[in-house]
Amino acid sequence: MNALELSGLTKIYANGRHALASIDLVVKEGEFFALLGPNGAGKSTIIGIITSLVTKTAGKVRIFGTDIDTDFARAKSYLGVVPQEFNFSQFESVWEITVNQGGFYGLSKTLAELRAEKYLTVLGLWEKRFDRSRTLSGGMKRRLMIARALLHQPRLLILDEPTAGVDIEVRRSMWDFLRDLNQEGTTVILTTHYLEEAELLCRHIAIIDGGQIIEDTSMKTLLGTLHAETFVLDLMTPLTRPPVHPAFTFRLLDPTTMEVQINKESALNQLFDYLSARDIRVMSMRNKANRLEELFVNRVQGNLEEKSA
Amino acid sequence: MIASDAVTTRHYCTAFATIVRKEISRFTRIWLQTVLPPAITMSLYFIIFGHLIGPRIGRMHGFEYMQYIAPGIIMMSVITNSYSNVVSSLFGAKFQRHIEEILVAPIPDILIVIGFVAGGVARGLIVGAVVTVVALCFTDIHISSFSITLSVVFLTATLFSLAGFINALTARKFDDISIVPTFILTPLTYLGGVFYSIDLLPHFWQQASRVNPIFYMVNAFRFGMLGVSDIKIGVAFSVICLMITALFTVCMVLMHRGVGLRS
Repeated sequence: MNALELSGLTKIYANGRHALASIDLVVKEGEFFALLGPNGAGKSTIIGIITSLVTKTAGKVRIFGTDIDTDFARAKSYLGVVPQEFNFSQFESVWEITVNQGGFYGLSKTLAELRAEKYLTVLGLWEKRFDRSRTLSGGMKRRLMIARALLHQPRLLILDEPTAGVDIEVRRSMWDFLRDLNQEGTTVILTTHYLEEAELLCRHIAIIDGGQIIEDTSMKTLLGTLHAETFVLDLMTPLTRPPVHPAFTFRLLDPTTMEVQINKESALNQLFDYLSARDIRVMSMRNKANRLEELFVNRVQGNLEEKSA
Repeated sequence: MIASDAVTTRHYCTAFATIVRKEISRFTRIWLQTVLPPAITMSLYFIIFGHLIGPRIGRMHGFEYMQYIAPGIIMMSVITNSYSNVVSSLFGAKFQRHIEEILVAPIPDILIVIGFVAGGVARGLIVGAVVTVVALCFTDIHISSFSITLSVVFLTATLFSLAGFINALTARKFDDISIVPTFILTPLTYLGGVFYSIDLLPHFWQQASRVNPIFYMVNAFRFGMLGVSDIKIGVAFSVICLMITALFTVCMVLMHRGVGLRS
């Protein structure tokens, strides 16, 4: 079953700006789906339309087969949203915010309190439950928004840059939490500017640019289109000149740091055999850029060139 | 989880009760700003207009001046508080964006409107009760008709809560939520016969007063409490009910169009 179906989705704002140009998109049930795009590409407009905060100009939105125009209550009950900006009352406590959310979705007070306890505990906010939300740190506020969105246990969870501005420790714990949630059956749609996050978590990816979907494929397929990868090697002994090899392109950044571009057809073993034969010892190695980041930039730039041509 | 079930009336009732509870807890949490100030202000009205100036004015429609103005002062507090509760709560929710909690949830527009209005009515009634207690410290209050008194105060609070809702929806900045109370609501309230009978006015201003909707509410409430009024009670109820219907319709149209809430 499809968790989300967008067909012919179009949005033209009152000022005449075309935000979405007849978008078609399908997210399958159980998917961990990345919706990526540069700023102003239309991601938030899509989320806004799905959540009814933005009115669509044309098109259809179905959530688990339910059309938001014909049975909005049922469609909305399937949906949980973690927006980009904090959108809870600064004067209410963590407890009030989460329990009230249950009420808005029709949960009895007892059930809402049970769920609030569960999610606040899992997300490390239980000790802060009586604190006013404005006193929380940025990371805690993000986690509060996740706890709130989960209170009615939605089948489809939309996260709009959920880890923006949080430290790496919190981000990693949130990744684990979201991965577990997805494995338990919740369909997750994630928008993020941290592309390593999307690569790590998501199995399917759509890239939107200028209000159009320019890529919609599995993460594996997309990463498979990468022709070459660039690694940065930290060397144990300094070099004066970069080595030369037909399959690899070396570039010396400084005497102990070397960049190497490897074609998709070449194995890393070949590289290390070659370096070992020349007594070049490598202390550590890392990707120059995230693989998805390279693809993302290529696609968006390609789309821009296509438009200007 | 409600996702697997249809959204039922019970869910809607729970959602509505949550909005009302949230609204009431909002103004009771800040009672020093919401409930106490009207009590103090109205005490000053009773001291100055009733106690100091009133004896010099003499009786009005057969009642001491203090007794005559008490219904109008109570009604004035109900009007301003029910209006300001909804306008500040809804505009604050828009400004802080936590109105999205409600908009994203499966709650029909009508329940959102009625939920906020119920919060405004609750504050109007609570403040009205507090001011009535304050009034009892200054004068004797006899209720001529409980049913008329309670129904007028309830309908008036509803009407001004709806007006506050419209103001909050259409407001874009904080200035916009103070313009209506300052330049429209306050003058209409003071000119609505709170402190005088329109019999005292020249013929032209008597007729002009009849265009002021607050005049009907003050007089209907005064009729409920004292049994005297400048107008027929049936006319007053008709005007109030018509205005509620009109404002409620405007609220629903604005909500349907997403004015001030959806882009």
